[in-house]
Amino acid sequence: MGRKLLLEKADIPGIREYDVYRRHGGYASVEKALKMSPEEVVEEVKKSGLRGRGGAGFPTGMKWSFLAKPEGVPRYLVCNADESEPGTFKDRYLMEFLPHLLLEGLIVSSWALGSNRTYIYIRGEYAWIVDILEQAIAEANQHGWLGRNILGTGFDCQIYVQRGAGAYICGEETALIESLEGKRGNPRIKPPFPAVKGLYDCPTVVNNVETLAAVVPIINHGGEEYARIGIGKSTGTKLISACGNLNRPGVYEIDMTVSVEEFIYGDDYCRGIPNGRRLKACIPGGSSVPILPANLLLKTAKGETRIMSYESLADGGFATGSMMGSGGFIVLDEDQCVVRHTLTLARFYRHESCGQCSPCREGTGWMEKILHNIEHGKGSRRDIDLLWDIQRKIEGNTICPLGDAAAWPVAAAIRHFRDEFEWHIDNPSECLTRNYGLARYADALEVPA
Amino acid sequence: MPTFSEAKLAEVQRIRDRYPEGRQKSGVIPVLLLAQDEFGGWLSTETMDYVASLLDMDPIEVYEVATFYTMFNLQPVGRHVFEVCQTGPCMLNGSDDIIAHIRQRLGIAPGQTTPDGLFTLKTVECLGACGYAPMMQLGKHYREHLTKEKVDSIIEECRAKSTAAA
Repeated sequence: MGRKLLLEKADIPGIREYDVYRRHGGYASVEKALKMSPEEVVEEVKKSGLRGRGGAGFPTGMKWSFLAKPEGVPRYLVCNADESEPGTFKDRYLMEFLPHLLLEGLIVSSWALGSNRTYIYIRGEYAWIVDILEQAIAEANQHGWLGRNILGTGFDCQIYVQRGAGAYICGEETALIESLEGKRGNPRIKPPFPAVKGLYDCPTVVNNVETLAAVVPIINHGGEEYARIGIGKSTGTKLISACGNLNRPGVYEIDMTVSVEEFIYGDDYCRGIPNGRRLKACIPGGSSVPILPANLLLKTAKGETRIMSYESLADGGFATGSMMGSGGFIVLDEDQCVVRHTLTLARFYRHESCGQCSPCREGTGWMEKILHNIEHGKGSRRDIDLLWDIQRKIEGNTICPLGDAAAWPVAAAIRHFRDEFEWHIDNPSECLTRNYGLARYADALEVPA
Repeated sequence: MPTFSEAKLAEVQRIRDRYPEGRQKSGVIPVLLLAQDEFGGWLSTETMDYVASLLDMDPIEVYEVATFYTMFNLQPVGRHVFEVCQTGPCMLNGSDDIIAHIRQRLGIAPGQTTPDGLFTLKTVECLGACGYAPMMQLGKHYREHLTKEKVDSIIEECRAKSTAAA
């Protein structure tokens, strides 16, 4: 098992409390960073190669360096804790068990960016975590890590928790800003980007929870040391939330050199699939990224072992690869129905479309209806081509990436599991009582001993 | 007209203080959540108008927000609201069976409330508990790794709570 940087202290009893956290080296990165200049902190993050952990994987240091700094205008840091991508529950774990780690990362990052008022925008359903974070913020204030003149540097910073109220779209940064301003979560047209015109029309950086927590080990160990972990442009560690049909689902901190096979079957990780069933398919990075059949999941089209890095998961493009995305790793065993699973995702995106752009508002509804028909034995062969056509017309034609996110799962399901769709259409009386099963997707795969 | 207690009004003031001068509209979601908790689990037009007056907003601005976010109930709900996740990862772990079981036990379909006003059943989309599926939200907390037996005991627990309160 690889080195742990984020969850290293997760098992220490009472680590949620300030005293225990501090006794185990907590807030050291704040002491260190506040002796550095903000530019030096940004430089360390650049050197670390840290990429945004919310899904897009954009280099964090670069995002920070885009932040406009006009004289006399406040700047804002907003922590995106809206975690809503199906299959993803890693930020919840961090906030629930290591709230002070997030605060520590937020204080260092606020210093680097010059944010005196920093917000954590958390999905409304995580109601009990709001209490945990507010307790931690109160403790941090009490011990002088927040408030006025932190550590005598003259730097003022306060962190506020803002609850959402149930909207996947608010994970998109401009929708999040709209929501934080007290409006519907409709994404904004970019440019202007938030780095220039964000919250209250001021320069703003929006970063994911895990990204901001990762700033702590980067400052503690140095950016170069952090970049030595991992492989290629997949530096550091990544939290993976594993779910679906697994013996040991949960949140794992991985070194991105571990193979997909080891992650699914290894003793340190998910320990395989329940009841000795075989692997059928997997969505490796949250519901928006392409589903892969077992044979393409474990090995790339070139026959190389696929590992859990940004590059390897994307190897082969959308034709034979997928994406790291948010790290929401969803496994389907041989008894699962890809059509039904895709239907639940299509329903999700129809429900979550904000309705601003016609291709997404209308297209997500049509995709759900057509998939519903196919799943319930009322489909026709033409429907598969129609689905393909609709998803293609959504992709790239909307203001925000939700359109793409809705199109990709449907496209990949058809690309790799077309015969399962055809079987549903050709066997209307059977398709609700039994599943198509494994078919040809993983015939060659044995369950590892 | 619904009215907050002094304590709740102090909380509204704390929410307003989180934002820069003149940006109190930012507090509309937190204050609506507070109001929903306080005034029977749903938002009537009167409640939304009251929230608008607290944040110096036009009522329409509050309606726009209340109708956008799924957590706001615009119709009365039962005392105990079962919000059962039905998205992919929960489906893979049998959420369809859990929903069917609740329907049968309570005699209501998703979106309905039992005649005694005790239970509302809602199906919801991914709540971020995929590794602990199937699951539902009940009030502030999640109930995870659901089985039919567990659902039965949750129903009993809710009934006992309501009897004790009566």
